[in-house]
Amino acid sequence: MDLPPVLRSEKGAIETIRKGVRKRNRSQIFLQILGIGAISFAFLMLAILLLSLTSTGYKAFVQTYLTLDVYVDPAEVSEEQLPRGGFDDVIEAALLQYFPEAGEDRATRRALGGLPSNGAQFILRDKVAADPSRIGETIRISVPVSDPYDQLNKGLIDRETPEQRRRVDNREVAWFDALKEEGLIRTKLNWGLITRPDSRFPELAGLKGALIGSFWALLVCFVISFPLGIGAAIYLEEFAPKNRVSDLIEVNINNLAAVPSVVFGLLALAVFLGWFGMPRSAPLVGGMTLSLMTMPTIIIATRAALKAVPPSIREAALGVGASKHQVVFGHVLPLAFPGILTGTIIGLAQALGETAPLLLIGMNAFITSAPATPLDASTALPTQIFIWADSPERGFVSRTSAAILVLLSFLIVMNGLAIFLRNKFERKW
Amino acid sequence: MKDTKKLLSVVGLGAAVTASAVMARDEIRIVGSSTVFPYTQAVSEQFSNSTGSPSPIVESTGTGGGMKIFCQGIGASYPDVTGASRAMKASEWELCQENGVTDITEAMIGFDGLSMALSRQNDFDWDLSLEEIYLALAAEVPVDGEWQENPYRTWSQINPELPDTEILVYGPPPTSGTRDAFVELAMHAGCEELDYVQEGGFDGDWVEENCSRMRTDGQFVEAGENDNLIVQRLNADPNSFGIFGYSFLFENLDALKPVAINGVDPSPETIADKSYPVSRPLFFYVKNAHRGVIPNMQVFIEEYMSEDALAPGGYLSERGLVSLSDDRRARLQDAVINGKSMSGK
Repeated sequence: MDLPPVLRSEKGAIETIRKGVRKRNRSQIFLQILGIGAISFAFLMLAILLLSLTSTGYKAFVQTYLTLDVYVDPAEVSEEQLPRGGFDDVIEAALLQYFPEAGEDRATRRALGGLPSNGAQFILRDKVAADPSRIGETIRISVPVSDPYDQLNKGLIDRETPEQRRRVDNREVAWFDALKEEGLIRTKLNWGLITRPDSRFPELAGLKGALIGSFWALLVCFVISFPLGIGAAIYLEEFAPKNRVSDLIEVNINNLAAVPSVVFGLLALAVFLGWFGMPRSAPLVGGMTLSLMTMPTIIIATRAALKAVPPSIREAALGVGASKHQVVFGHVLPLAFPGILTGTIIGLAQALGETAPLLLIGMNAFITSAPATPLDASTALPTQIFIWADSPERGFVSRTSAAILVLLSFLIVMNGLAIFLRNKFERKW
Repeated sequence: MKDTKKLLSVVGLGAAVTASAVMARDEIRIVGSSTVFPYTQAVSEQFSNSTGSPSPIVESTGTGGGMKIFCQGIGASYPDVTGASRAMKASEWELCQENGVTDITEAMIGFDGLSMALSRQNDFDWDLSLEEIYLALAAEVPVDGEWQENPYRTWSQINPELPDTEILVYGPPPTSGTRDAFVELAMHAGCEELDYVQEGGFDGDWVEENCSRMRTDGQFVEAGENDNLIVQRLNADPNSFGIFGYSFLFENLDALKPVAINGVDPSPETIADKSYPVSRPLFFYVKNAHRGVIPNMQVFIEEYMSEDALAPGGYLSERGLVSLSDDRRARLQDAVINGKSMSGK
């Protein structure tokens, strides 16, 4: 044998092999370090994102409330006039009991009346309208304070700022502090964030409309894209002849999955709204648009799941005389189902966070009521975030972050569900 | 197959329901300018809270986009009201006429100032003339009698009394009504003040043609429509400026300070009496054919025109709208509530 010179002696051979092993170990460690570095970087970014969102957003999960005993003056509110009446004047009068000196001029009285949220009068009105016999009685109500005071209470308005640059002047700070001393100011968990619809006033604004809008849109999206996507995938995978046409279709579907979402939005604007005359801003149209995007994802996931079912299953079924149809629906599809579900849920999670196509079909409107049906105009979670991020009022800064956290938690739940289903039903071959 | 049948019936049902939804509409639909948007939002909320009617659907589409949708025709699938941060153009009026939208009421609801502002951390007492603003931001300026590319990099190159800091201004993109208004009210006016233009005897057309372009060499940055983002950038760099509608500045006075223009600070008073030069009127347009057809539309218009909303100290002025004078307001309320038709452009 013609060995290279270094290997001719035994010692030399061992030395060379050792060197080689060392070198390979080094490169493996290097690769590991790179991998750990990449993962840590990704996690660091995620941590920074979550931290910055939580640090601005957590303040929106609580809300400052004012408790007031309001005398429902029959001179201001009468049963015949309900639901109209001078509810704001009644609340102003209740506040004036604490600060009689503020009643002297109109401007001061107005300023004091601006301490509780603009929505306070409607909260009182709804209570009285529900039980008109309480006119003439004193009712205890708990109402959100208006945004500047809420910011003050949360420390977002700095008391050290010179007065003319502060949203609340010294007099207003003094009122607030006096009420706080009386124990009338409380900080409560802000359920309104998910139970109230949108509002111009940050202290009243909530995500109810957006949540329900997103729900309808996703439901429509699921109803359309799930059966169509699975149907298309089964045909392509199991029945379609393998030729140029089916290759072309496959390439197109893969391309479709990569088309930017704004293109689907423009398509929906032209076709659904333009030709079919469907209503603007409706979750039905939003869901149809999203389904255009989700369908390719579902087709691809379904085909992958069908491919993963071992041929032996098909062959065994065919071998005992099952028809092609029976093989697919009786054996292959049930076994592929966990994979299909996972793909579908991930596709829907993508659709939940999609903004651009919804903006184009008008789902970024300002609407102060939640949609009752998929045909009513509404917003969706991401478009609501878009609207809030663009609002000038300070209170929306933290609400935007809070809304993003809500959206993220939905995404985490959906992805978690996908992983759970996969682990629970997945079959190893 | 069974599944397919089911699916088809679902789709068919959807289409049928949709078709019936197009025929009738309970809620008022409003489109238009993003500047008028917050005011319309406030009125809508007040209106639906106090009457219990379904809440109007308010969409911020921009002035031009709003006009396009508004003028598409009459019927429940077209909006009832559009907001505008400038008056309707002749071309838009013609589009409306062509599509049968002939009876329109114009309502000028008040004024909005455009302000340049910067972080409170900056110590200098900024006071610029329109001419200086033009020289800082235009693409082409006169230098030694020659009309050429803007060479100015720092404020002190324009006026030695200004600080020696780099010019950096964040402003709205060309799609924004705020940008149109800024070009027209600040840039064109500043251009006309230039000695070069006055001595050269150039007319308005010349100014419009040559003074409308903002510079693109890095001193003026188009920052998108998100004003909150601009505020963060201004705080990060105390020497940079932002261009905002006054209502936005008004909400952020603790972080931002306005630049005085020709010695005048923006405030509701100076915008109303026009001593602050960069202000614009705000409008909305009502499709009169829809009054009485869309439920409660008249009530909504009355709410918009009420003293609670429009008067100084009303809830729109709390959001930064600068109110009209008493007699102009009275005329406006009368004309709009009674649906006075505009006669053309």
